[in-house]
Amino acid sequence: MKIIVLVKQVPDTWGERTLNTVTGQLDRAASDAVIDEIDERALEVALQYKDANDAEVIALSMGPSSVTEVLRKSLAMGADSALHVKDDALSGSDLSRTAAVLAAAITKSGFDLVIAGNEATDGRGGVIPAMIAEHLGVPSMTYLDSAEFAADRISGVRGDEHGTVAVHAMLPAVISVTEASAEPRFPNFKGIMKAKKKPLDVWTLADLGLDGSGFAPSTEVTSTTERPARTAGTKIVDTGNAGNELAEFLAAGRLI
Amino acid sequence: MSHALAFIETSASGEVRNTAAMLIAAASQLGTPVAVVVAAPGNGEALTAQLGALGAAQVYVAETDQAGGLLVAPQVAALEAASAALHPSAIVLAHSIDGREIAGRLAVRLHTGLLVDVVEVRADGDVVIATHSVFGGAFTVEAIVPGSGPAIVTVRQGAIETRIDAATPTLTTEPVTVDPTSAAAIDAFHDAAVATDRPELRGATRVVSGGRGLGSQANFALVEQLADALGAAVGASRAAVDAGYVPQTSQVGQTGITVSPQLYVALGISGAIQHRAGMQTAKTIVAINKDAEAPIFDIADFGIVGDVFTVVPQLIEALGKRAD
Repeated sequence: MKIIVLVKQVPDTWGERTLNTVTGQLDRAASDAVIDEIDERALEVALQYKDANDAEVIALSMGPSSVTEVLRKSLAMGADSALHVKDDALSGSDLSRTAAVLAAAITKSGFDLVIAGNEATDGRGGVIPAMIAEHLGVPSMTYLDSAEFAADRISGVRGDEHGTVAVHAMLPAVISVTEASAEPRFPNFKGIMKAKKKPLDVWTLADLGLDGSGFAPSTEVTSTTERPARTAGTKIVDTGNAGNELAEFLAAGRLI
Repeated sequence: MSHALAFIETSASGEVRNTAAMLIAAASQLGTPVAVVVAAPGNGEALTAQLGALGAAQVYVAETDQAGGLLVAPQVAALEAASAALHPSAIVLAHSIDGREIAGRLAVRLHTGLLVDVVEVRADGDVVIATHSVFGGAFTVEAIVPGSGPAIVTVRQGAIETRIDAATPTLTTEPVTVDPTSAAAIDAFHDAAVATDRPELRGATRVVSGGRGLGSQANFALVEQLADALGAAVGASRAAVDAGYVPQTSQVGQTGITVSPQLYVALGISGAIQHRAGMQTAKTIVAINKDAEAPIFDIADFGIVGDVFTVVPQLIEALGKRAD
């Protein structure tokens, strides 16, 4: 089974994250860039299948040169090879363009299954996997808490706002997995050494048969403003009456 | 005025989900609101009455027996057909698990732009302007869909509080069929029983959250007691979730739910950026923590340096006295 795992480089959620208020784009210099933790889980789902079965696992990412780091980490965890779609014309891509380009790369590579994280921790959109599936013309099952593999199909349990839904789809297919899916392994020393020798191909838009000028923006950011920072209000040290004082505060603010 | 479609989600047994009122109201800000719903044949009349009560000017029912059998495919086909028939300026869906998958597929199929997790919508002529709250509300971004296609918009659940008056809608019924081999199949639904009458965390007006400072799963009951005394929803920091005090569905923060309540009470939460990003747009923030240096105090309107196990019971007692 040929499995492509989508990995994204995101600003570390444990640090301050900023947008450039002029361009509306992520300020990549302002925070540490890391592999999105949800994508490590997506990769783990693929690797667990590969541990026991015949499978090829490819990590695919789109982004600037720094993305090499997250692909190297994916290789160190156990992916067989990595694909990096890199082209200056892709800077500032919206959802539609990102999905179209990733789908073109997946088509060029060939696949039986695409696994993504359910939503990136930066954009929080959660729509890219379904958009890619539509481009590829295959079934999608997003937000799977668990996934079971068979030779010709994937079944899983999808948690939604109301409960769970048991679903299955025939391959080829696209799935996305949640935080509940799998605990990612840590790359060990052997994995890190082996990763250096594994193939990491870089594809441009031309390699994908796409023309950078051919993308009309399907969405356009018209303004980006930073919310003024919150300031601290009253701070008291409890000397035995703080609970009552808090009740007073809530009552005065008509919050109770 | 052009049409704006509101996609109405239903349960496996055909009941309208509670996002319907918000979506019809949102659509009404962008055009004449048309509720689009996928239903088993014969259910259109009942749905029309319900959706009219929420303000829909027209109800478009896509009738199919496939609704409960295929994952999102009939819904995408229904919106594709309704869009071809009505040429809307916007198609509005909930930013729910299903809503995202439907919207993503629809945007690709209709070759149009997609604006997701939107907290506010307005129209300037036929141009839809959507407001996004990014990085936990640290940034506000406005975006549009240029070009002629309808703007596809998913709205954050609970974000739009406006409701509109009831209307007497017209009913349009069209059959819809999709190729079952191109879609994922649904094998079974298990709607979770609603175990509590506490408000849902998403869209709650009051939230009480607990963190690692609670110390154990048993102690986390204190959070629930205060939540019940305030009529609030229960949330948690990632640290409390990782420690196993509460399920992940309660997590407030960058990798959990983003809340924007009138009142947010943080108990034993240090206030890592990870957590703050999920709650810093709350109107009033109250924090109780033993550590005077905890960063949560930097954004708290009322901070108490103290032990949650003495302050909170006193607060609950004081709230009880006021209620009497």
